[in-house]
Amino acid sequence: MDIPYTVKNRPDTGLYNGKLGIWLFLASEVMLFGGLFSAYIFLRTGVESWPSGSEYLDIPLATLNTLFLITSSVTMVMSWASLKLNDFNKFKIYAGITLLLACAFLVIKYFEYSHKFHVGYFPSYNNFLGIYFTMTGLHVLHIIGGIIVIFYFWIPGAKMWESDPERFTNRIEIVGLYWHFVDLVWIFLFPTLYLL
Amino acid sequence: MSSEHHKQSFLTKYIWSTDHKVIGIQYGITSLLWLLFGFLLMMIMRYQLAYPESPIPFVGSLFGESGILPSEMYNSLGAMHGTIMIFLGVVPLAFGAFGNYFVPLQIGAIDMAFPKLNAASYWMYFVGSVIMAIGFFVPGGAANSGWTSYPPLSNIATTGQTVWLLGMVMLITSSLLGSVNILVTVIQLRAEGMTWMKLPIFVWTQFITAFLLLLAFPPLEAAGVLQLMDRLAGTSFFMPSGLVVSGEVLTNAGGGSPLLWQHLFWFLAHPEVYVLILPAFGIVTEIIANNTRKPIWGYNALVYAMVFLGFMSFIVWAHHMYITGMGTSIGAFFQTTTMIISIPSVVILTTLLLSLWGGSIRFNTPMLFALGFIPMFGIGGLTGLPLGLAAADIHLHDTYYVIGHFHYVVAPGTIFALFAGIYYWFPKMTGKRTNETLGKLHFFFSMIFMNGIFMPMFVQGLAGVSRRLWDGGETYAHAADVLYLNEVMSVSAWLLGLAQIFFIVNMIISLFGKKTGEKNPWNATTLEWTDTTSPPLGHGNFEVVPTVYRGPYEYNVPGDDQDFTPQSKKV
Amino acid sequence: MSELTPEQVKHHIKTYVLVFVSLAFLTIVTVGISYLEVSVGMGITLALIVASIKGSLVACYFMHLIDEKVTIYWTLIATVVAFLILIFVPLSAILDHTKI
Repeated sequence: MDIPYTVKNRPDTGLYNGKLGIWLFLASEVMLFGGLFSAYIFLRTGVESWPSGSEYLDIPLATLNTLFLITSSVTMVMSWASLKLNDFNKFKIYAGITLLLACAFLVIKYFEYSHKFHVGYFPSYNNFLGIYFTMTGLHVLHIIGGIIVIFYFWIPGAKMWESDPERFTNRIEIVGLYWHFVDLVWIFLFPTLYLL
Repeated sequence: MSSEHHKQSFLTKYIWSTDHKVIGIQYGITSLLWLLFGFLLMMIMRYQLAYPESPIPFVGSLFGESGILPSEMYNSLGAMHGTIMIFLGVVPLAFGAFGNYFVPLQIGAIDMAFPKLNAASYWMYFVGSVIMAIGFFVPGGAANSGWTSYPPLSNIATTGQTVWLLGMVMLITSSLLGSVNILVTVIQLRAEGMTWMKLPIFVWTQFITAFLLLLAFPPLEAAGVLQLMDRLAGTSFFMPSGLVVSGEVLTNAGGGSPLLWQHLFWFLAHPEVYVLILPAFGIVTEIIANNTRKPIWGYNALVYAMVFLGFMSFIVWAHHMYITGMGTSIGAFFQTTTMIISIPSVVILTTLLLSLWGGSIRFNTPMLFALGFIPMFGIGGLTGLPLGLAAADIHLHDTYYVIGHFHYVVAPGTIFALFAGIYYWFPKMTGKRTNETLGKLHFFFSMIFMNGIFMPMFVQGLAGVSRRLWDGGETYAHAADVLYLNEVMSVSAWLLGLAQIFFIVNMIISLFGKKTGEKNPWNATTLEWTDTTSPPLGHGNFEVVPTVYRGPYEYNVPGDDQDFTPQSKKV
Repeated sequence: MSELTPEQVKHHIKTYVLVFVSLAFLTIVTVGISYLEVSVGMGITLALIVASIKGSLVACYFMHLIDEKVTIYWTLIATVVAFLILIFVPLSAILDHTKI
């Protein structure tokens, strides 16, 4: 006996188990980052003055990072669409570009962080920097997690395409949903921290 | 997942198992051991409270030469007692053990939706609990700022607090994965014919509990991350400016807010109390239906009340914060929502009480615990009302009244329901019977001594005795008249501990007893009783996956030849 | 989603490209707004509006939300409600705080 609806959709919900699972997980992630956004609002409202993002942060660099992440979201969904069109090679290319852009994001973040440490802007300096490092740091951890999983399906786990293509395509869809969420968080994080 | 009997190693079958029944038992054993440990911590604390600054018997050597419990250690025991009972004991037992074992069976599924994730959840809980245990061995001892970990104290507290935070991150992650599993299982894996309004109430409670855990826990995880940053990276999220500690001005940046922690903490911790009670409601409902031999009165009302309760639980949390200087508008908002949330609880208790009316009641051990639950939870709920009213709360906040209130709902409340569940489902999990005499003795003595511990707390609280006092209020004049109750409560606590021996002995001799071969000794209607063996099949639970035709509590259906009709019996 | 035909997927791909272009454009808009001389309140409102539009595009099209069934919607509605409570209630509490 096999667990039903791991690949085929359950008729009344229109979902397979993994997709519902990842959406529920993302719901909890909304609340996790929500907690930090709430903290940001609470801390900022509670003080007389709060620095603007441009005082400490490099806006052009972060804008570039934003474009990297948005592009990686497109390439991620394209990699899934390629599998739906039975084009495994296109999948490899798009997934590869996604990974490249994700790494580029990390590289820019590395430069941002190291520059700040260099001039003495540590998280303990003030609460603006504290919340900046905490929120972007947690976001970076999520990016790293995404890279690990996408890489797994790019190389070691890709053989599932041979044995169970429908299930493999579903897994890429699920990974894609996670990745889009990570992009979504950045879409809100970027203006909040850098521009306001 | 085929039915071939391939040889599994001991490790695969019992340790790394992905079978929901094995994982349920793993959660069950681990959580029961933690409950026992948390109870032992309390027994030590109660010795200090009854006989201040006397050497603790048996374990006194752990506290230095004098054997007296130092006040810092008292604080650790207090914080860890709360943490352990809630996060390592009750929730893993109610949700991790009972939920994992019985939700798939009751909905007609062959396992949870994600068996490997299920195993991962258990092991994360295990590792998280090990981390918590390590706290006792670091310099300064385990966390000692209350289970509520309020800053600034928790920010500057000893190393144990950092260990607590790391443990919590692990436990929260385990809980989130478990919630996702239960939710997907209930939504996707219900057997054919198992519509939402045919679900056993137990499954409904597990489902709502999972939603609460999913959405409420992450803000506490966020708060934990922020406090770890404060403690390890020197940030000031929870540290206001200008703090002075032991005469020295702190050099951190400041500008933070202790209230931020309180909001994020209670955003979880209030729904958490509904996580503590909902599975209990579910278990008690199953047992009452079964032992009154009639359907539950007001199934729909019960479901709607619990869903409403779940929703409301997200907007009452600041009733834990009435005296923090909140404005009157926001205070009035929380007071209103808090009063409203008492309504579904009353609906639930009423449906359970009315379910007894006209029933053919069987007073076996599970039923005794289930019946005992009702008035005990009633006392707990009623004593919550003055706490929910801001004006009365000003007098009662942080007194023993609060401790009495919440223990009534969790201890002779939830824990009685969990015992009821263990006695009820023991035959299903083992194929054996428990000893009724020992069970009844367990019940009667537990009932007496639970009240012996917690009823006097209301008296002390109303007199103004504060909680978390190492000396039990000795230094305060206003406590003088009620101080004698400390010894009464402590003796009751130790006797309650002794009464658990009936339970432990019963479990041991029953586990070594003979298999009865009975599939459905209680003549119950739900799928786990009617369609599985005792215990259920290792691979896939059911010989034939059932189809559901009826509601969950079809007892004494007119015209039927038996006094119970299985859910899977064709119409 | 498991039952899409190749033609439907190709149509989706056109949508993805359109969404990508919109997102890139809106990113520039976001940065541009930050240079406008407006009050903090107005700045926050505008930034949130643009971010919400971008977020909705990602959710609806990249995450296929627009094609999804009721179950996911109910989950998200519950989440959004909880999220809004988490953001606005502590804020109200701090704004209503007793000034000593």
